[in-house]
Amino acid sequence: MSVMPPLFGLILAGGASTRMKQDKALLDYHGRPQLHWAYDLVSECCAATFVSVRPDQRDEPTRAALPQIVDREPGIGPLAGISAALLEHPKAAWLVVACDLPFLTSETLRHLVEHRDPGRIATAYRSSHDGLPEPLCAIWEPAAREAVAAALAAGKRCPRKLLMEADAALLALPEARALDNVNTTEEFSAATSALATGAGAQAPGTADAAADARAAITLRVQYFALFREQAGRSEEVLDTTASTPADLYAELRQRHPFTLAPDQLKVAVNADFSDWNARLAHGDTVVFIPPVAGG
Amino acid sequence: MKPFSFSKTPIDPATLRRALEDPAAGGYVAFEGWVRNHNEGQAVTRLEYEAFEALACTEGERIVAEAVRRYGVLKAACVHRVGSLEIGDLAVWVGVSSAHRAEAFAACRYIIDEVKHRVPIWKKEHYVNGDSGWVNCERCAAHAHDHAHPVPEA
Repeated sequence: MSVMPPLFGLILAGGASTRMKQDKALLDYHGRPQLHWAYDLVSECCAATFVSVRPDQRDEPTRAALPQIVDREPGIGPLAGISAALLEHPKAAWLVVACDLPFLTSETLRHLVEHRDPGRIATAYRSSHDGLPEPLCAIWEPAAREAVAAALAAGKRCPRKLLMEADAALLALPEARALDNVNTTEEFSAATSALATGAGAQAPGTADAAADARAAITLRVQYFALFREQAGRSEEVLDTTASTPADLYAELRQRHPFTLAPDQLKVAVNADFSDWNARLAHGDTVVFIPPVAGG
Repeated sequence: MKPFSFSKTPIDPATLRRALEDPAAGGYVAFEGWVRNHNEGQAVTRLEYEAFEALACTEGERIVAEAVRRYGVLKAACVHRVGSLEIGDLAVWVGVSSAHRAEAFAACRYIIDEVKHRVPIWKKEHYVNGDSGWVNCERCAAHAHDHAHPVPEA
């Protein structure tokens, strides 16, 4: 067994930002360009950190201030940036982070690094929205190089699908919102106000305090029909930091082989229908409702 | 009689209809849902119904109240079976009494349609070949997304 490959950082800033209609790397959530904020956050965990750019972005001033790795196959999305990094430094593992994650915290990155499995091609978080791998806040090991090259050669460009098929190590997100990305001007406004009021994740350095402040609550979850069979029980009591039914369902999907996607369900809290984003309270009883079939 | 209830034992419409009698009523409409021996091309041998009864009763009562208010009928009620049922068994009963027939038909239809869509009741079908499945759940789960990554509705 050789030593663990060194960890380098890669900030993805090559996106077209089409829905935002302005360069997402330059948006200001934290008092400076988002690209620089993300670069410093990732640098805390990495031996060296680079910015992934398309050839035509090299001289853009915010990007030009940082070490770069230039896409070799521009125009095909984030997998091109990951591929270029794996080829440029073939002995390094890469902590790949998209620059449009304003709620990301040091704690979320450290948790990923501490739970890294160098025996798999990647270690990633499961999305708190749909339980699928999040490829753009993940560690890609040197062994991923061949899988990425094979995917690109086959015309496959979706890094998420690659991780789903490649048996990546998957972790539960310690903070559900940490990887919420921001793609539109409406989402940008919502994110800046959430950050200003402290509703989102915290700035680097205060993440531990935020985790302490959000103590776990105890919930009762009852299971009916298909859920009862897939969970192997009709109810359970659990301590969780999930603050909404949406967070809770994402968490439960990691513990039970639930096949239903959240958009197929309704949810009840304390025996009445509830919003997916309602605030859960200590002692609440939650029921996820599969598609009904009375009559 | 409660506007909406569950029964673990066979439903007897003759008994239930008496609770809807009213001197002002000019008629009564009932719907009986029966267990049939096939669904979507598969031969069905029996069914199991399971309900989240606390919420199902609340939602069922809302539906019956909506029907009475919307169509101006005199009385309405719905009873649904839970547990294991055989082919031909009565699975659900809806009864409505009213001064005139048009409102009674409309209210009866409204109640059964809404119950099927809104009340947390699940049906497991057992097939001739020994398989079984939760209706509306198992097949759609198999098709759950590849590239659409929907967020739950707010």
